[in-house]
Amino acid sequence: MLTLHCPYCGVDADETDLHAGGEAHLKRASTGSSDDAFEDYLFMRENPKGVHFERWRHAYGCGKWFLAARCTATLQVFGTYRAQTHEPPQDIKDAISAQRPGWSWGNFR
Amino acid sequence: MSNAVSALNGKVAAGEVTIREAGLRGMITLRADLSDSKVKSICTSLTGAAFPSSGQANCDDAKGLCWMSPDEVLILVPYDTVADALEQIAKALKNKHHLAENVSDARALITVEGTFAREVIAKLAPVDLHPDAFQPGDFRRSHIGQVAAAFWMRDQDTIAVICFRSVAEYAFDLLATSAKAGRVGFFA
Repeated sequence: MLTLHCPYCGVDADETDLHAGGEAHLKRASTGSSDDAFEDYLFMRENPKGVHFERWRHAYGCGKWFLAARCTATLQVFGTYRAQTHEPPQDIKDAISAQRPGWSWGNFR
Repeated sequence: MSNAVSALNGKVAAGEVTIREAGLRGMITLRADLSDSKVKSICTSLTGAAFPSSGQANCDDAKGLCWMSPDEVLILVPYDTVADALEQIAKALKNKHHLAENVSDARALITVEGTFAREVIAKLAPVDLHPDAFQPGDFRRSHIGQVAAAFWMRDQDTIAVICFRSVAEYAFDLLATSAKAGRVGFFA
């Protein structure tokens, strides 16, 4: 069972209060992008065993989208943070580095 | 005008913990910038309650304010004063971006009263209801059983639950069953 801290309303929400929203930090391939870039945006996803960044919605609570960093192998949660950011904040990265030295995910490390 | 009736028309399941559908309640959902002083002042002047901080509810029996999300507050007023309250909100927030809607007939309010009211909810919701973690004034949106619900403690033995009207019967039966099944003793 996954319990994630909602950074908007400040409660520890159970998995059943949440709705999973897939991979975080996707960048939309915009007008004029090549077909390959668009295919990447639509279909190509990270599928790591280990550190992963995801979108979650506090569906039964405040209704806000937030982002979470967790380990897909152990379900360990490194932290959650607000969605208004293009990359994980430094404290989240530090928390991951403390647990999983040398981690990388997409362009983040 | 039609005769307004609440979802379960005041149904009661009496017992050591009594479940009671609270009857008609005026509820207004207000979405706005909650840090705005005009928003705060209209909320407090309508209800006489202090503006709640994140995750809190300030309610007496008929009136109150519940913090629903960073940009939403639920205003509880007597049922027959909702239209007037909406007018006052519209006037006070005339030039502010906001949404105020009467949701009185879309919701039901159920009270859970009795010595182990806390456990009646704890059995149904994925929420830490330990006395160290949940106290009168705390407000939580979550779900009970299969349906969305919000609840807060009025006092140590009374919890108010708000759910959608369409699922009021399910929520009531669920709470009544949980109450009938008795005390667990986990928080004792």
